Amino acid sequence: MTDTTLVAEHPLLERFPEGVTPDERKGYEGFIVAADRLVEFATALRDEFGYDYLSSVTGVDYLPDGKMEVVYHAYKSTGGGALVFKVQVPRENPVVPSLVSVYPGADFQEREAWDLLGIRFEGHPNLKRILMWEGFAGHPLRKDWKEAYFEEEKKPFGSRWPGGAVHRAEDENPFGKNVVYPPDFDPEKWTPVGDEALYAGLREFKKDDDLKTEQVVVNLGPQHPSTHGVFRMVVTLDGETVVRLEPVMGYLHRNHEKIGERNTYLMNIPFTDRLDYLSSMSNNWGYVQAVEKLLGDKIQVPERAEYLRVIMAEFTRIVNHIFAIGTLLNDLGAYFTPMLYALEERELILDIFEAVSGSRMMCNYFRFGGVARDLPPGVYEKMRDLVFERLPRKIDELDRYLTENEVVRARCEGVGVLTPEEAIAFSAAGPVLRASGVPYDVRRADPYGIYDRFEFDVAVRYHGDVYDRYLIRLDEIRQSIRILQQALDQLPEGDVIFGSPKYSMRVPAGEAYGRVEGPKGELGFYVVSDGSANPWRYHVRAPSFINLTALSRMCEGDKVADAIIILGSIDIVLGETDR
Amino acid sequence: MPDELNAKGYDIPPEMQNTVAITTLDKLYNWGRRYSAWPMMFGLACCAIEMIATAASRFDLARFGMEIMRPSPRQADVMLVSGTVTKKMVPQIVRLYNQMPEPKYVVAMGACASGGGPFKEGYNVVSGIDKFLPVDVYIPGCPPTPQALLYGLMKLQEMMDKQSIKSVRWYQKGDLPEIPVPILGPDLIDPRDYPDFEFKLRQAYAEKTEEEAS
Repeated sequence: MTDTTLVAEHPLLERFPEGVTPDERKGYEGFIVAADRLVEFATALRDEFGYDYLSSVTGVDYLPDGKMEVVYHAYKSTGGGALVFKVQVPRENPVVPSLVSVYPGADFQEREAWDLLGIRFEGHPNLKRILMWEGFAGHPLRKDWKEAYFEEEKKPFGSRWPGGAVHRAEDENPFGKNVVYPPDFDPEKWTPVGDEALYAGLREFKKDDDLKTEQVVVNLGPQHPSTHGVFRMVVTLDGETVVRLEPVMGYLHRNHEKIGERNTYLMNIPFTDRLDYLSSMSNNWGYVQAVEKLLGDKIQVPERAEYLRVIMAEFTRIVNHIFAIGTLLNDLGAYFTPMLYALEERELILDIFEAVSGSRMMCNYFRFGGVARDLPPGVYEKMRDLVFERLPRKIDELDRYLTENEVVRARCEGVGVLTPEEAIAFSAAGPVLRASGVPYDVRRADPYGIYDRFEFDVAVRYHGDVYDRYLIRLDEIRQSIRILQQALDQLPEGDVIFGSPKYSMRVPAGEAYGRVEGPKGELGFYVVSDGSANPWRYHVRAPSFINLTALSRMCEGDKVADAIIILGSIDIVLGETDR
Repeated sequence: MPDELNAKGYDIPPEMQNTVAITTLDKLYNWGRRYSAWPMMFGLACCAIEMIATAASRFDLARFGMEIMRPSPRQADVMLVSGTVTKKMVPQIVRLYNQMPEPKYVVAMGACASGGGPFKEGYNVVSGIDKFLPVDVYIPGCPPTPQALLYGLMKLQEMMDKQSIKSVRWYQKGDLPEIPVPILGPDLIDPRDYPDFEFKLRQAYAEKTEEEAS
């Protein structure tokens, strides 16, 4: 976190004597940039100050102040803390210059801010809705937008509290469904918007071609066996070659952020489980970290809890990567067999999660200031057995079966290449970034928890193709096992949570951005507190979502069958992509 | 030939056991169907991961003859709605259901598919797939464990056992009605609401103005 005195004397203020001021609200950090200087500011930030990695872009609706704020978190790809800058615009007509020309990774995030908050980004090449559909009424994350089942502004709702009368939300709605229409809606004079705009952007015909060929637009998904859930890719094909590709998402948009802003802080932890549902423990950590940052020194995590957090997060990474390798091989056409090997190990780790937290997948294990409960008897021995005996052996076995396989190599090598410059520009994170030769790992670049105590290498590969993205997952599993071995050896005795567990807590007003190196990449949580029991703004920087920005670049020029494995190599989970 | 196929009360000579069965047509028909209910390869959210885990070696869906997941609805018998049904996705789900040939079954796996689950209040979430499709089995859980899913599928098999060729809907006269595909408008529009749409809209708007006045 940047020091306030540092902000006041920051060389950026000298470089921009006008239009850039430090953010002086209590609990806030960074700079406020005038909207007309934003592009110039960002260019200087990238080229002169070395902040070349734009991690997160999001909007905040400050309804009482009549303002919309766009918050940017930029990092140096060589490591270090964040530089936060913000743009404030009036709420009635929020227009902000787009940063896609400076940081292409802002593309989807700006579209999301337009979709959910109605902030228009001038100069954005493709400012369409991204999570909701074209034609949806309103921008749901605005504070004055109310959903069909709206009950109260903040939880806990009176009806759920002791003494309240619980009712079914359907009974209150005239349609008996979760729907609400604008009052002036006339079903007779109305036609759906549909996907015409989407297809129009994808149909392009070459003019000076001798041979008369026609390009075809093909939909892959949302129901498709290889898209890892309800993801849709619309591709323009020239023969079998992908000319253009546009990802369409939102088919699993579960309104995580809107619900999160009605919830109390504690209620959000189980919801984070369901973001990236393969790695719930890491999600917990990201959110808990953001709130702990807000709480400051009001809370200290006990030593044993810190170790348990690392242990669970690294097990999660193994579970996730092993699953990713299994599904990648599925996409390659090895129908279910490698998956069976992968799932066998996954089940053993899930047994540990179940013993520790009570649930196989949705662990809900982290708490502010520690973890929910201590290890039950017998689990420690089980973990030792896995980490020291079984897993290293099984990973070598997987390696032996797959890595030198002729089909795997032929299909994966040189396919879907992403150069290091592109990877940084597109804000790719995690294995995708590191497989392109950028050794950036939040655990090392901006250490959190107790990761600075462990010996491990940041896995990095240099070709940036699908094969390297497969190899790097094997590397990372091996590094995770290394960390786990050290953590299990050093695990101290003691408390697992700071103080007694509390249901509701006062979080001081301010903002915090907590980020962890999740298995999919940098998972960030941006939380704004207004001092009440519920967060004012709750935003998730989802690595699966932002990694997809680079998908169309990776696929262009490759065959359509390769687009499937390129998507598989990014390893997305739709719960996190769409939130 | 398994014993379960035999109707009770008929003695089969020992030398003919396992080769001959005396049974009813219903029993034979259902016996064939219960062990070859192919699910559609169709995952929506978190529950789909537990579905994959169920199909894998530890729990092994193949014991029930259900291991053949079909990506095409035309070849599938069971639709496992495994996860949160969103408004943006529900037109596709209804279309997939319409494309499945009879006999077809719908299993709502997990809290979300059964009734909206933890995300029910969300603006893009359908409060359970039964708002649109006829559901045969509901499996609680968030997500249901593989054991729970297997139990639900066994319940589905039991349900199949009780059906009779005489009364099943797909052997009745006339065409089976298709479920109208919902439309994405300013919000999700169910075509079945059209008859009294304006009335309900006016009612909703009247309630709102009333609230604001009071």
